[in-house]
Amino acid sequence: MDFTLKIWRQEHAKAKGGFKTYPLKDVSPEMSFLEMLDYLNMQLIEGGDVPVTFEHDCREGICGTCGLYINGRPHGPMRNTTTCELHMREFTDGETIVIEPWRASAFPVIKDLAVDRSSFERIMHAGGFISTNTGCAPEANSSPISKHISDKAFDAAACIGCGACVAACKNSSAMLFAAAKIAQYAMIPQGKVEGKERVDQMVQQMDAEGFGFCSNTYGCEFDCPKGISVDFIALMNREFFSAKVCSQKRQ
Amino acid sequence: MQKLDSKIPDGPLAEKWSRYKAGLRLVNAANKKKIEIIVVGSGLAGSSAASALGELGYKVKVFCFQDSPRRAHSVAAQGGINAAKNYKNDNDSIYRLFHDMMKGGDYRAREANVYRAAEVSNDVIDHFTALGVPFARDYGGSLDTRSFGGVQVSRTFYAKGQTGQQCLLGTYSSLNRQIAKGTVKMFPRRDMLDVVIVDGKARGIITRNLLTGEIERHSAHAVVLATGGYGTVFYLSTLGLGSNASAAWSAYKKGAVFANPSFIQIHPTSIPVLNDYQCKLTLMSESLRNDGRVWVPKEKGDKRHPTEIPEEERDYYLERRYPAFGNLVPRDVASRAAKERCDAGYGVGDTGLSVYLDFKDAIEAQGEKAIRDKYGNLFEMYEKITGINPYKQPMRIYPAGHYTMGGLWVDYNLMTTIPGLFAIGESNFSDHGANRLGASSLMQCCGDGYFILPNTISDYLADDIRTGKIPVESKAFDEAAHASADKVKRIMAVNGKQTASSFHKRLGKIMWDHCGMRRDADGLKKGLELLDELEKEFWADICIPGSENDYNQELEKALKVADFFEVGRLMCEDALQREESCGAHFREEHQTETGEAKRNDAEYAYVGAWEYQGADEKPKLHKEPLKFEFVEVKERSYK
Repeated sequence: MDFTLKIWRQEHAKAKGGFKTYPLKDVSPEMSFLEMLDYLNMQLIEGGDVPVTFEHDCREGICGTCGLYINGRPHGPMRNTTTCELHMREFTDGETIVIEPWRASAFPVIKDLAVDRSSFERIMHAGGFISTNTGCAPEANSSPISKHISDKAFDAAACIGCGACVAACKNSSAMLFAAAKIAQYAMIPQGKVEGKERVDQMVQQMDAEGFGFCSNTYGCEFDCPKGISVDFIALMNREFFSAKVCSQKRQ
Repeated sequence: MQKLDSKIPDGPLAEKWSRYKAGLRLVNAANKKKIEIIVVGSGLAGSSAASALGELGYKVKVFCFQDSPRRAHSVAAQGGINAAKNYKNDNDSIYRLFHDMMKGGDYRAREANVYRAAEVSNDVIDHFTALGVPFARDYGGSLDTRSFGGVQVSRTFYAKGQTGQQCLLGTYSSLNRQIAKGTVKMFPRRDMLDVVIVDGKARGIITRNLLTGEIERHSAHAVVLATGGYGTVFYLSTLGLGSNASAAWSAYKKGAVFANPSFIQIHPTSIPVLNDYQCKLTLMSESLRNDGRVWVPKEKGDKRHPTEIPEEERDYYLERRYPAFGNLVPRDVASRAAKERCDAGYGVGDTGLSVYLDFKDAIEAQGEKAIRDKYGNLFEMYEKITGINPYKQPMRIYPAGHYTMGGLWVDYNLMTTIPGLFAIGESNFSDHGANRLGASSLMQCCGDGYFILPNTISDYLADDIRTGKIPVESKAFDEAAHASADKVKRIMAVNGKQTASSFHKRLGKIMWDHCGMRRDADGLKKGLELLDELEKEFWADICIPGSENDYNQELEKALKVADFFEVGRLMCEDALQREESCGAHFREEHQTETGEAKRNDAEYAYVGAWEYQGADEKPKLHKEPLKFEFVEVKERSYK
């Protein structure tokens, strides 16, 4: 297969970036999208050029490191698929493929296609945990949790923190990311104890990082490689309002 | 170096750890605040250790090469985590888990360490549940378990096929809590280049900031390596592409002894190689062998579509060879059996290098929904990569490099031969002998990090309450920092023509062909020669574009590949000296009449621990004899 690649190149965070066009021949349909970029980079290096920087690690769709905006969609055309799981057989021979980094002010570009997602880390620091010390846990089966609830908590916990939800959103909202963690804990008894403080602090941090608001287009759910449901955003909002009402009462 | 002292305590097996622990010294709360600990690596072992140490009040600094600790490759573990809870009432116990691990490891692990890992396994499950890890549950709301290879009980806790991810998010959450409290400081996007030894003790590390290229100095009172395994030596492996041996290797070169480097697990069920530019093999969890049946056609070179081959013309070779365990034999056995069939000409697929893993019978018996509930995400992953729907036709699988049982030698305190340098999780050698059983790796990482290391490291640090902050301006730090900077400059200066990946690929092929699933003396010697040649070529022709003072992924790769030549050599040396077959280490010269591994307990019941002697010297082999007081050492049979 042959392709024309239009790739965002940017030397560093403050440099002015732009698209560069690269023709690429003899791509195997069995190659993954990132193997196709490896193949391009090998040719660039051998030709004396600087390779395209893009981030990746596990290459099996679970670590959340990779994330490219491909032909106008986070992680490309396939639903429930990360960039590293995408294969060239999903494209048409001769096609032009446009590759960009995630675009959001809370995810500044580091170089080429790599962005800084440390804002996600800070949201997690604000409350993405259950405060229990090592050694003080009760026996694991001492409090049964219904399979239905536990499965739903798992569905929320499946988030890989890639940032596709932010890239998909016209407001660059991180609501789906934050909601997934908040909902996971809000549904299970262990997480309810500090649920109100958690939602309050994580939402505050999300706002402080410059992520936008949710305007219910559901683009995040559509492009989430793990199929995280927007229902969790509704759950987060419910938790948030209830936290606000309750904390006023406490005062 | 003095003689290896494993510090295994005396006494009855079940009481060793509790008695030993009771005698360990403590550091009081006020002093802990003055003591710094560096943890390198943020996977299950690193993040559990760092959070537990933070909770105790130590000042902890955590380093990882990823942009976030949540992306460490523990995240990709699929199948589950073992514990001896006996929730299924199938007569499981801590002793049985211990016994299974000893046997699974082909009697090449230390009894006391293995028993301790089994002993703390239940605490790990309790802690994860308290942290909100969504393990699978049954309809009554209790935690569910499933079976894994090499055992006859159901003791594996799981979260669909994403157990590693969910456990890692659990340890990551406890890490985040400590970061928020200020006890842990996170340093992402750093590669560790060297460990710094001051007056004989590990007192810090040298890192390279991957975004700026800056060579940084970090000091502490103790250093914990939780840097995982070196399976990427094979280039094609189930590991993340960034996984590497460099941190552990720098410790080896500073005097930490490296144990059993040739014990490396080849996982039986990975998706086979599909194209020439492939740089990664994706695992299909061992849990699939609960319901999937492995087979090849009975006729050589049968090119029919798998669904067209009738039942009586299929060879379910694992069920045939190992009737007692069938498809659930341990990994080393299953991998070799697959290779045996393929080498004999019965393999399937274009290359003949794969076998079928078939769910037809399970789907007929249990329905597609039940199978989807158990393995849905794995089936989806398989279809995305191969374009084939495994509900309709069997998966094709082949063995791939996966896990390293070998690693830095540690004593009962998890301390290496460098005082103050600890190694936990996959980066040490201690618990899995010559072969690891499925779902024991998550168990060991978290046991080491949450429940073992925090006790033993405190005993070591009890001597440091008056030491004060370790300065980074000292001769030892200067030397280490300059050596690291020089290494970077030297590799940049080669200015050749070939990429790091192309060297890595060739290196991987040498290792796979000569030090892979089956080894023999001639092949290993040939491997050593080829490694020498390729290494020379590497240092004459490696091409790294760009600058060292920038985000330079090619430089990162090249630095790792440079170390892998040396790792590969030590693996070959170790495989060569071990004139027996045990677990994953299979020497052609030593097999039974039926082709099973043949151990030599009289001469090789030891840990082979290698000491670095300088760049041009052969490393020195130390032998730690293994004593078996509590298990009967038998021929390992799964028939």
